[in-house]
Amino acid sequence: MRHTLRETWSGLRRNLAMNAAVVVTIFVSLTLFGMGLLINRQVDVTKDRWYDKIEVSVFLCVKDSSSGNCDPGQDATQPQKDAIQAALRKNPEVQQVHYESKQQAYDAFRETFKDSPLLDTLTVDQMQDSFRVKLVNPEQYKGVVAEAGVMPGVQAVVDQHLILDKIFSALNLLKWGTVALAGLLLLAAWVQIANTIRMAAFARRRELGIMRLVGASNWYIMMPFLLESLLTGVIGWALASGTLLGLHEFAIVRNAQVSLSSLRWIDRADVYGAIGWVAVAAIGLSIIPTLIATKRYLRV
Amino acid sequence: MITFEDVTKLYEGSTKPALRGVNVQIEKGEFVFLVGQSGSGKSTFLRLILREYRPTKGTVFVLGKDLNRLAGWKVPGLRRQIGTVFQDFRLLPGKTVYENVAFALQVLGRPTSEIKKVVPETLDTVGLASKGARLPEELSGGEQQRVAIARAYVNKPKILIADEPTGNLDPATSVGIMKLLDRINKTGTTVIMATHDSTIVDQMRRRVIELESGQVIRDQSKGVYGTA
Repeated sequence: MRHTLRETWSGLRRNLAMNAAVVVTIFVSLTLFGMGLLINRQVDVTKDRWYDKIEVSVFLCVKDSSSGNCDPGQDATQPQKDAIQAALRKNPEVQQVHYESKQQAYDAFRETFKDSPLLDTLTVDQMQDSFRVKLVNPEQYKGVVAEAGVMPGVQAVVDQHLILDKIFSALNLLKWGTVALAGLLLLAAWVQIANTIRMAAFARRRELGIMRLVGASNWYIMMPFLLESLLTGVIGWALASGTLLGLHEFAIVRNAQVSLSSLRWIDRADVYGAIGWVAVAAIGLSIIPTLIATKRYLRV
Repeated sequence: MITFEDVTKLYEGSTKPALRGVNVQIEKGEFVFLVGQSGSGKSTFLRLILREYRPTKGTVFVLGKDLNRLAGWKVPGLRRQIGTVFQDFRLLPGKTVYENVAFALQVLGRPTSEIKKVVPETLDTVGLASKGARLPEELSGGEQQRVAIARAYVNKPKILIADEPTGNLDPATSVGIMKLLDRINKTGTTVIMATHDSTIVDQMRRRVIELESGQVIRDQSKGVYGTA
């Protein structure tokens, strides 16, 4: 054991510059990898929250409406409303339908825009009644929108998903960009570790040859190399973990959460989860290339 | 102790086998010279005993084990019972004489107390008791080879393999090395030595196995170097 530790230490010192470079590469690639995981988590959290709340609104024709499938100057008739409601209820993608009358819309408007001067000029009659539709799976909304959109008496179908989708596609791009970049850097780290260990093994090939000759076990020969790369991996992981925690603290806890408090943001536990996965990556990243690189010197 | 049964070894990419249909039996405590020109198969013979290679055909038994069937992870265990000495000594230049010999025990995980006892004893056996603190480069060729023999012998192997151990040494020094190997042989260790040195073989009068183009052409007890 003492020999193993001494060899590990001397290997680290001999290759200090190389090992420092390896630590930096591991650190950056693991940080990016962790960020990719956290962005992914944030997208999920946000989706859950938003998709849960939002509905598809089917606005009905009123006297003033001119667009859509309306007869000019007329409210949607009761048979039209019944037909629309029946169609929505029959749709398997729909979970719940409720009718919002003009009065309800008016009350909701007053509640939302309490301080607006517009309020005084607005009458119940000017409001539009609508069906509010909750979906079974909030991501499957296109069928409902298409079906309701062509029915007589429907002025417009407003779907909040359309706005959200733009945000999510931007977030997805960010997520995949980070993952791709992390992947490239992880690959670079892999090659760099394999190369560093191969050089270290080459520098010690005389000793390794004698060790094999006198019958040292493979584990004994390999251990210093494994410990060396594991140590660089752990240091890189620790730096990456600190960075991820710091980023979360400054970017989200002290910044985004304050200014956009209505959104749900990833919490500490999510960061710890990502750090756990990053640890798995760090261990694999340090051990597997080392095993491959030293195999040649251990062939019996 | 060592048995070659119809052993053929063909290296990859070569058309001419390095060993061809070799049948040899070596008993415990024997001293065997392996002679023959360069490329006659001496080194291949020794390497098959160490299981650095497996034979292409036939079977090699060492210490009761069929090396064809010996799992890779058991090879270190085999080598712990075989000491090896080379023409070029193969000492670690950064380590002292003592450390070079101790290294062989350290990598086997032996306790320090044992190492402290056994290494000086072995250095005494090879006649280097006073030179433990020296570096290999400060020693003569003969002394370096003694260090290498000490390293091979410190673990009390059952077999000692020597590949041209006197190849780099002058005749007077060689005699000293041969006396040492003879002494080790007398403790019961089987010694197999590949050599080109006809004087030594003729003086020692031990079993001689001569190889030519990978075949055994002579196996003679109390033999001499050349047939003529």
